[in-house]
Amino acid sequence: MELNLETEIDRSRMRVSEEVAIRIEDMNKWYGTYHVLRDINLTVRRGERIVIAGPSGSGKSTMIRCINRLEEHQAGKIVVDGIELSSDLKNIDKVRSEVGMVFQHFNLFPHLTILENCTLAPIWVREIPRREAIETAMHFLEKVKIPEQANKYPGQLSGGQQQRVAIARSLCMKPRIMLFDEPTSALDPEMIKEVLDTMIELAEEGMTMLCVTHEMGFAQAVANRVIFMDQGQIVEENNPHDFFNNPQSERTRLFLSQILRH
Amino acid sequence: MSDRNLTFVRREMLPAREPPTNHFGIVKLLREKLFNNWLSALLTVASLIALVWIARSLSPWLFNSVWSANSLSECRQILGGAEGACLAVIRDRWTQLLFGFYPPAQYWRPVLAFVLMLVAMAPILFPPVPRRLLWFSAVFPGLAYWLIWGGTLWLPVSAYAGFTVGGIVLRLTTRLGSGVAVGLAFAGALAWWFLASGPVTTVLEQLLPLSLPAVTSREMGGFLLSIVIGVTGISLSLPLGIVLALGRRSTMPLVKTVSVVFIEFIRGVPLITLLFTASLLLNYFLPPGTNFDLILRVIIMVTLFATAYMAEVIRGGLAALPRGQYEAAEALGLDYWKAQRLVIMPQALKISIPGIVNSFIGLFKDTTLVVFIGLLDPIALSNSIRATTDWQGIYWELFIFIGGLFFIFCFSMSRYSMHLERRLKTDHR
Repeated sequence: MELNLETEIDRSRMRVSEEVAIRIEDMNKWYGTYHVLRDINLTVRRGERIVIAGPSGSGKSTMIRCINRLEEHQAGKIVVDGIELSSDLKNIDKVRSEVGMVFQHFNLFPHLTILENCTLAPIWVREIPRREAIETAMHFLEKVKIPEQANKYPGQLSGGQQQRVAIARSLCMKPRIMLFDEPTSALDPEMIKEVLDTMIELAEEGMTMLCVTHEMGFAQAVANRVIFMDQGQIVEENNPHDFFNNPQSERTRLFLSQILRH
Repeated sequence: MSDRNLTFVRREMLPAREPPTNHFGIVKLLREKLFNNWLSALLTVASLIALVWIARSLSPWLFNSVWSANSLSECRQILGGAEGACLAVIRDRWTQLLFGFYPPAQYWRPVLAFVLMLVAMAPILFPPVPRRLLWFSAVFPGLAYWLIWGGTLWLPVSAYAGFTVGGIVLRLTTRLGSGVAVGLAFAGALAWWFLASGPVTTVLEQLLPLSLPAVTSREMGGFLLSIVIGVTGISLSLPLGIVLALGRRSTMPLVKTVSVVFIEFIRGVPLITLLFTASLLLNYFLPPGTNFDLILRVIIMVTLFATAYMAEVIRGGLAALPRGQYEAAEALGLDYWKAQRLVIMPQALKISIPGIVNSFIGLFKDTTLVVFIGLLDPIALSNSIRATTDWQGIYWELFIFIGGLFFIFCFSMSRYSMHLERRLKTDHR
């Protein structure tokens, strides 16, 4: 799995501060009686770029979906930006407007144009004037390099373009944390790179990122921490260099040998 | 055999070319659909023969039609034994079929209401019409009520004032939390309608009389009645159906149970039963002396009936949306109502358009069922026309006229829905 990242990565602004962005303490989650997440403990500092890897069904998506309460946890504590997630709807909406999320299947709104997709939440949640929201949206669409598609509908774009729009849509809310749930898994190989490039650019600007992905090249290039999950628990946590070259647990070694073989 | 050469390199990319001509238009239709084998050729010829036969047998009846006669027997005299339609009955009684026993001097009122209805619908149905006209759409129901039933204009005005009262209460009490505010606003509006509205109407009418001669519900009939019931039912059942569909999918047990029970009960009962309930049973339940207009009662029942069906149609649309749409809306921080309004409903309603229009058409045609509770819909009027000595024994002409008018309304709805589906098509699948 060699990812050829032609662009040299600019690490000058990738600084991890001491400030805690997300704190997860002894978090547990069940689907009915099935114990999906077991004693998750994780502290994410501002500016950190964390890649979460693991076999399918290991709970990695569920874990990041708990961070913006798309999934509810039953025990433990999740604090995002100083706000604890509880059943209080106000807190949930506050957290959600600070945390951007990019999905595997993009989930763009097919009845709205690209521009409307990007301005919807700023106008209705942040209550920003329409003109200003359009300016912001165009700024981010330029950043993901598709301003010329602004008036098209999602159905007219390629998968890679749609995913870049989805990233721009999240950025329009000016989030402080970005969650990526397998952002490249549904894409053709040709399109993976354009999405990863966008994500790398975001990392270079110092965005706090949690990314569930199988792109190990991306993890090596960008992450400052790799988390390996299996059976609903965190099995190993390390910096990318040691994670790939000197994995500590047997389970990690097996996983890496399987995904890196072909 | 020697080693085959497996290498192939294209030096030039091929340009796009026109498809062969026999894959287009009438040639393709004839070749592939009408005469592609002996069976379909046979069927094509047979259908052509059937069409010609139907046309030949109908045409004398239509082309020999008599337009001026005063009774069926006069018609028959004119025809002198030949086949022919006696459309004179339409010419003689068309006003009755349209308006029932509405006072002829006041015909202009329902006609004006109908024209204004088209104006009121325009900004809702066709986006090029300026959105500013929507205020007229909001005012129209009150105006139409006043035009059709007459009486004082101050009655609908003070009914609208109730909404204003509710709105003001809502604005003043939003600080107390949205649930409380909505409750108080509702209570405020109800208080206005039940306590203040009556005296206010009387006083205003004395100060500035703005009255039309009153027409009672008993005098209304024909297509006027069908359109009043149909249009009111249609425009109320859609929003109520949306609320009910959301209720049925709600996670709150009470809301969900109420919605499910309502939907299942209404769907499980024939409309005609509900109409009999409206006309007969309600009198026993309401306090004695309440004069609750029969048309209003029928409108309520028809609306409830259509609402239950509408809710299920919309629930189907909601279920067809991928979960990702809800999640994306939530992840962007949209709350439940904003997500429903901006993301979910526009898509769910679009998916449900065929089902929704189906319900609308069904509702509109079901308005003829009011004949059974003694209201004079077009069918009832055709019976009463036949009961006169002049037109005894005339069936086809009346039914064709009534059917034709219903067809025009229903077909327009169907065409509009197809237009809407095309306009909203953004997925380019």
